[in-house]
Amino acid sequence: MAIVTTSKKACSVNPLKMSQPIGGSFAFMGLRGAMPLLHGSQGCTSFGLTLFVRHFKEAVPMQTTAMSEVATVLGGYENVEQAILNIYNRTKPEIIGINSTGVTETKGDDVEGFIRLIRQKHPHLEKFPLVYVSTPDFKDAFQDGWEKTVARMVEVLVDPVEVGAARDPARVNVLPGCHLTPGDLDELRTIIEDFGLRPSFLPDLAGSLDGHIPDEFTPTTIGGIGVDEIATMGQAAWTIAIGAQMQRAGEAMHAKTGVPFRLFERLCGLIPNDEFVAFLSEITGRPVPAKYRRQRGQLADAMLDTHFHIGGRKLAIGAEPDLLFDLSSMLHEMGAEVAVAVTTTASPVLERVRTQEVLIGDLEDLEDLARARDCDLLITHSHGRQAASRLKIPFYRAGFPMFDRLGAGHQLSVGYRGTRDLVFDLANLVIADREANHQPTPDTWRTTESGLQVVPPQLH
Amino acid sequence: MSSVSATIQDVFNEPGCGKNANKTEAERKKGCTKQLQPGGAAGGCAFDGAKIALQPFTDVAHLVHGPIACEGNSWDNRGSASSGSDLWRRSFTTDMNETDIVFGGEKRLYKAIREIIEKYDPPAIFVYQTCVPAMIGDDINAVCKAAATKFGKPVIPVNSPGFVGPKNLGNKLAGEALLEHVIGTEEPDFTTPYDINIIGEYNLSGEFWQIKPLLDELGIRILSCISGDGKYRELAYSHRAKAAMMVCSKAMINVARKMEERYGIPYFEGSFYGIQDSSDSLREIARMLIERGAPAELMDRTEAVIAREEAKAWAAIERFKPRFKDKKVLLITGGVKSWSVVAALQEAGLEIVGTSVKKSTKEDKERIKELMGQEAHMIEDMTPREMYKMLKDARADIMLSGGKSQFVALKAAMPWLDINQERCHGYMGYIGMVKLMEEIEKALYNPMWSQLRKPAPWDDAGVNWQAKALAQVDAQAAEIAADPVRAEATRRARKICFCKTVDLGTIEDAIAAHGLSTVDAVKEHTNASGGCGACKGRIEDVLAAQPSPVLQAAE
Repeated sequence: MAIVTTSKKACSVNPLKMSQPIGGSFAFMGLRGAMPLLHGSQGCTSFGLTLFVRHFKEAVPMQTTAMSEVATVLGGYENVEQAILNIYNRTKPEIIGINSTGVTETKGDDVEGFIRLIRQKHPHLEKFPLVYVSTPDFKDAFQDGWEKTVARMVEVLVDPVEVGAARDPARVNVLPGCHLTPGDLDELRTIIEDFGLRPSFLPDLAGSLDGHIPDEFTPTTIGGIGVDEIATMGQAAWTIAIGAQMQRAGEAMHAKTGVPFRLFERLCGLIPNDEFVAFLSEITGRPVPAKYRRQRGQLADAMLDTHFHIGGRKLAIGAEPDLLFDLSSMLHEMGAEVAVAVTTTASPVLERVRTQEVLIGDLEDLEDLARARDCDLLITHSHGRQAASRLKIPFYRAGFPMFDRLGAGHQLSVGYRGTRDLVFDLANLVIADREANHQPTPDTWRTTESGLQVVPPQLH
Repeated sequence: MSSVSATIQDVFNEPGCGKNANKTEAERKKGCTKQLQPGGAAGGCAFDGAKIALQPFTDVAHLVHGPIACEGNSWDNRGSASSGSDLWRRSFTTDMNETDIVFGGEKRLYKAIREIIEKYDPPAIFVYQTCVPAMIGDDINAVCKAAATKFGKPVIPVNSPGFVGPKNLGNKLAGEALLEHVIGTEEPDFTTPYDINIIGEYNLSGEFWQIKPLLDELGIRILSCISGDGKYRELAYSHRAKAAMMVCSKAMINVARKMEERYGIPYFEGSFYGIQDSSDSLREIARMLIERGAPAELMDRTEAVIAREEAKAWAAIERFKPRFKDKKVLLITGGVKSWSVVAALQEAGLEIVGTSVKKSTKEDKERIKELMGQEAHMIEDMTPREMYKMLKDARADIMLSGGKSQFVALKAAMPWLDINQERCHGYMGYIGMVKLMEEIEKALYNPMWSQLRKPAPWDDAGVNWQAKALAQVDAQAAEIAADPVRAEATRRARKICFCKTVDLGTIEDAIAAHGLSTVDAVKEHTNASGGCGACKGRIEDVLAAQPSPVLQAAE
């Protein structure tokens, strides 16, 4: 069981963490015709927007209430009202999703109250979907913003269902965590559909940020789940939540509609996918399709081929809790040693990470610990690139943001096939590093004065 | 906070800015920042601007005092290059939490400064103020002063919280911090008659190194570059330069002007984008240095270098002429750079469309610059659909623009080249211009485009989204024309002259009422084009679109 500690530094150096309001906006991006709106100064939006654009290489809708100094002090009612009206008139959205920021939370703007007033004052907005989530920058992290926002979407947008109402046995709700890529969502959709089920993903980033060319130009999101479909999610037979961060949204769905939910904390690795596929088979009463039996075999073979390279590797990983838990567990199961684990925010999964200690810290911590513990594999997001070049160890980019490589939206880690490709990628990285940097020389094994050093293996 | 607002007022009152000088007292007080529209705004905040301007100082630790959003969401996002330290690329932030908001963040800031000095020992620390600590009253000036005294190291407060305004205001506030706390605080080991400052150059993609070898060859020493590949000490003794070049942007005009005022360092505004501009700038540097006491032979050597480099560049560009024959470029940028590449693009045989740039003689340059800025400004307000229509109408073969419109171009299967700060190639000086031509050629002739433009075999060729988008724009225009109320509103909403805020409706009415036929007549009646004159082309278009007065009389 890992001990979770928090860095005591006053100065965060090379942050791993990003702010929770943009995690909230990210969730809204998985809704069709949505305009995410940050209630804060224009920089709050602009930084987030730039980050998403660099990650996805796509146009990203995101707006700001453009709070000035004076407006911040006097309160932002007028800015929120104007922003909503402007967005409503100019971009004709199906929903506006509002997240607060540090500036407006410090002032203490009552945005729920604002929205009630705005609906009264502008009757045409009375029924218009507006979802507000409080997400101050000075608390929590990106993943928390996503978690709170999806839970709130369920509370506001899903229609309640009467007790005993008939459910559609072919419908399932999928509540994916923010650590899954649009590629992951499409992979899950295929698997679920292969069992004859019709999934509703909330949010569905695969519909909006997968890089497809839309039929129409629109300044809002170009796809994703529609507000109408969300409203009917209470009719589904099951809710599948992926990642511990989705526990809250799953519970909200259950509370509102009675739909039972099953949480899958991980979908990377052999055993987690066995559980997932077995569950689908169980709820549908269908046998596992031949395709997945074959894919399972392929993954088993890939694990055999790659364990020579991955086994014994000392991993340093920096990621948000759910991604950290998923990837590090898979690598632990492949024989790697999770030597350093750094994350951004508290989560119930952290103490179950297969390592001694999980640090809530930054990339300086990750770099220093990786050096001290002699790690030879680094996994974190693109901001780890400077650390990687100083450490001179193989670096696999995972998570958000990934701005210095292409295809971030299509990187896979879920399913048998996703895991298979991931372990190949990791093993190839290790092989390439060995070829480039660790070729034997006549002196590689020459005994030095200090004699042969034997390091006792670490048991975990 | 009062000191920040005083600084802002001071920054707005910039005598070095031609635009500002033409304003009335009341207009000047309002400042030069556009009022931001909630729900319709784009662009960074003042903190963003300050950081952009200063972060290229490579050996400085840049510490952001605020919650995680300001730095955590934005660090390591600029492509400046360093010849030495990598400290500037590391990120430092106080990552303020709830407790700091309640009890104040000054203690944490002080401790953060100490940690940085203990771990990284930089020559100086720049501390950036952000909105939240500004709101709760954290006095970063006092903390910086205390830390500087305690640790014996410059700790420079940069007071530019995001909510005071947009990015360009932040650029200037950053400049004020340098003027107040850094420039003039140290002395160089020696000076030469060839010492210059370069102000407002960020060395993106290392492009300044495309021009630096020429300066080196001429024996011209860059005493300090503010701020690309800059070092703290150079900045601190930059007041000993003989002359300064302000690189084609008004971002740091206050620094250039105040250094002239305080230290007698004359400056000129120049650019190293484009062949002619590079030559002009080299000449101007030589001229100024000679005026300040450098030997006159510097000019002869400069002319020799210019002649040699120009000949090489034109010879290299010659190769592209047949490839660029009959090719049209749509050039869109609000940036400070593109206008000066126009001449070189034209020389290589490319036709510039989409803006009313005819031929860029030197006299026209100011106008083109204004024009480019305004067109780009209008682009910002366009819907993607309208943008696509513009590409189509311009019949352009390639679009050169900043990041924002790139996705429209790519989705429209239209070759596109990034010429703003996100790009990964340097386009500076003579070499850079040839590089730009190479990139244009690569983009234009990539065989990928023809494949992308083909519909899928199972799709109806006529029903692609491009056709749909155009149909939608036309339908919308027809709908508006058919509805008198909306038509009127649209006419009134479309600004033609930005300086004097004159809309299309006003101009059309004046033309109809008085039978106007020239731009001057329109100016007389409406005051349009009475400012910078950049909208002249648009007024010509409006005139051309009106039914001829003779015909009207006949009816």
